[in-house]
Amino acid sequence: MNEEELVEYFRAQMRKDPDMASAVAAIRTLLEFLKRDKGETILGLRESLKWATDCLTGEDSSVAVSSGGELFLRFISLTSLEHQDLSRCKKVMEERGELFLEKISMSRTKVAKLCHTFIKDGAKILTHSYSRVVLRVLEKAAAEKKRFSVYVTESQPDSAGRQMAEALRKLNVPVTVVLDAAVGYVLEKVDLVIVGAEGVVESGGIINKIGTYQMAVCSKAHNKPFYVVAESFKFVRLYPLNQQDVPDKFKYKADTLKTVQNLSEEHPMIDYTPPSLITLLFTDLGVLTPSAVSDELIKLYL
Amino acid sequence: MADAGEPEGPERKDDIVKAKQEGKELTKEEKQRLRKEKKQQKKSKEKKDDKPSRDSEKEKKPASAASPAPQTPTQPPAQKAPSAAPAPVPVPASETPSAADKPAKSKAELKAERRARQEAERASKGKKGDVGPQAAPGKPKAPPSELQPVVKRLPEHVQVDNPEVLKKLAKKLERQQTPEYNAATKVKIPLRSDYGYKVSLFSHLHQYSRKAPLTQQLGIPSTVIHPAIVRLGLQYSQGIVAGSNARSVALLHAFKQVIRDYTTPPNEELSRDLVNRLKPYISFLNQCRPLSASMGNAIKYIKKEISNIPSQCKEEEAKRKLLNCIDCYINEKIVLAAKAIAKYSIEKISDGDVILVYGCSSLVNHILCEAFEKNRKFRVIVVDSRPRLEGREALRRLVQKGINCTYVLISAVSYILPEVSKVFLGAHALLANGYVMSRVGTSQIALVAKAFNVPVLVCCETYKFCERVQTDSFVSNELDDPDDLIVTRTGTTQLEHWQEVPSLGLLNLVYDVTPPDFVDLVITDLGMIPCTSVPVVLRVKNVDQ
Repeated sequence: MNEEELVEYFRAQMRKDPDMASAVAAIRTLLEFLKRDKGETILGLRESLKWATDCLTGEDSSVAVSSGGELFLRFISLTSLEHQDLSRCKKVMEERGELFLEKISMSRTKVAKLCHTFIKDGAKILTHSYSRVVLRVLEKAAAEKKRFSVYVTESQPDSAGRQMAEALRKLNVPVTVVLDAAVGYVLEKVDLVIVGAEGVVESGGIINKIGTYQMAVCSKAHNKPFYVVAESFKFVRLYPLNQQDVPDKFKYKADTLKTVQNLSEEHPMIDYTPPSLITLLFTDLGVLTPSAVSDELIKLYL
Repeated sequence: MADAGEPEGPERKDDIVKAKQEGKELTKEEKQRLRKEKKQQKKSKEKKDDKPSRDSEKEKKPASAASPAPQTPTQPPAQKAPSAAPAPVPVPASETPSAADKPAKSKAELKAERRARQEAERASKGKKGDVGPQAAPGKPKAPPSELQPVVKRLPEHVQVDNPEVLKKLAKKLERQQTPEYNAATKVKIPLRSDYGYKVSLFSHLHQYSRKAPLTQQLGIPSTVIHPAIVRLGLQYSQGIVAGSNARSVALLHAFKQVIRDYTTPPNEELSRDLVNRLKPYISFLNQCRPLSASMGNAIKYIKKEISNIPSQCKEEEAKRKLLNCIDCYINEKIVLAAKAIAKYSIEKISDGDVILVYGCSSLVNHILCEAFEKNRKFRVIVVDSRPRLEGREALRRLVQKGINCTYVLISAVSYILPEVSKVFLGAHALLANGYVMSRVGTSQIALVAKAFNVPVLVCCETYKFCERVQTDSFVSNELDDPDDLIVTRTGTTQLEHWQEVPSLGLLNLVYDVTPPDFVDLVITDLGMIPCTSVPVVLRVKNVDQ
């Protein structure tokens, strides 16, 4: 499978199910790549999987794709590959890959189950931009017959917030779209803030759409709880100290990175929220405090 | 005196009932009880040695010890022995009614016996230090009238203002002479006395004077202590060898010399005798200068390695193995760890950075030199403080490499911080609750950096992680020679006669603890972790071992 086929398969997966996380699509693509690979050695297989992950990050530069790819690689190679026959090893790896995929496709449901209890009847929720995990949580809360209303920020430059508002209207949830600049204004009416995450870093902080950091600072100032919902495959071994420390390859869209010369004139698409501003993280591994994230990461990666 | 008898009474009846069902169990129980009594008698005899004031009661003891009744050891009122007796007794009493079937009952009883035996042994060992906290949880059913005022005891090294504890320490040092087979050459390790008035908050710590080194109190020839260790002790107490890594490496090299010169005496095993040899050396070094956390971990490792030497191993081979182990330890935990930490740290240093360092940390200097060699463009601000002025050494090393440096004293730190982009700090030890123990002044720098929103990075190897927990700098610290504070830069000595002024105390602290909220990142040889993940690393390391 060469680069074009890889990218085409990835795009096809994304088109087929728009509700699927980009990381899940990437992992499906990698599994397909593994099945079609004609390598002769395990080491060669690992190298080509790494190359495939790099290609996919070239297509979609979000943090989740790179973290998902790395976790996939770790998960399938974490078993004993002592079989003599390469095809047997590959079969084991494929089975592990399918298992991994199955586990992560259940992760959004697990997160929703944990989080919806924190939404009380009559709550006013503030959220940022379009996040499918947050949508699933709100769906579950609505299914539990809870009455709540939602404020969504418009989230420029791509107005993803309006997409979120549309989806929520379909669920018959009262929703208001507010300007990104109106977050401080609206926070006094709100009871809690729930956002998704593109990546969860080692310190327990998150990387998410630009504007999240502002929202976190304001909710800290208003003493409102700031909750993050994320699946476990978004945990990444990065440790940014401040906004500047986040690598450029995550900050901008993939095509921007390839075409533009002077990045300082571009608007970054993501920002980093430090763990001191986050109250709780809801993941499929459980409800975690920011300091417990490092513990989970050590368990996942070491 | 009947107190210990009371809980045992009903239990005896139970046992007699059960004896009809399980004949052999009763005899085992009786044997265990006899064993317990013997231990308590031994304990009471030891108590006689330690507390000469209780002579009259002790005289009663040997007389009453002869009688076989279990009421014997509980006679003297202020004994801690009875606290141990009800401790094991309620345990079997609670165990016996719990089991239902016959085979399960015998298993439970065996377990109860074992537990009772362990508690008795533990109580007899722990008598010297903390009997109170052990006795307290083990007395759920003992009547309150029997409870002596159970005082929670602190470890001895932080009870310097208690004269009884000092007496005990002196006796302990006496008993730790190396076993010389010629009685004439037995020399004891001297107890170093404190110097000067101690500030009341820190009166529980030792304060020694550098002008009175411990070697003045040692007789000639001091054949008890190996000369390499004597030299090391002097180097520590005079401040010639300073810094956590340097002290540990010097200690390990001295131990290598000791092992090379060691010969197993006849009828002794190397694994046990060598460990006993090392004990007085360690006490001596502790008297010269209190041991650091890194030295403690190194000593634990060596003791473990020595006791793991198989007994059939020949002496030459055993010595070679030990020397090899020590070399490996130094290489892995110190040298290679420094390389790994430098590799991770260089990722965090970007071009145009202004880095603030405090004092002289060998690890931080190594990192900055490596980063400079990898052509990162940055400049360094060295912060220094009296009386040690260690920053000058760091400044010398960095300027020699060609790094652009600025030098300020700690009083100017809030002036200089708006220019700074990162703070790199070294650590003496990392405690289990995430607190960083480091040179005094470090927590101040971390606090001010937090107020200016400057990221604080602590660099620490994993062998400095310790299981201790501390939330303030008072409970356990080190007091340096107060005379160091007398001389100022201009040479004036207004404080020269400070001892004559009764209300004046000079305090020269060595360490302080920084809470984890002020530290953004800890760089270790295992990777970059947040400060709160130290217990996770300790857990992972224990699993590895």
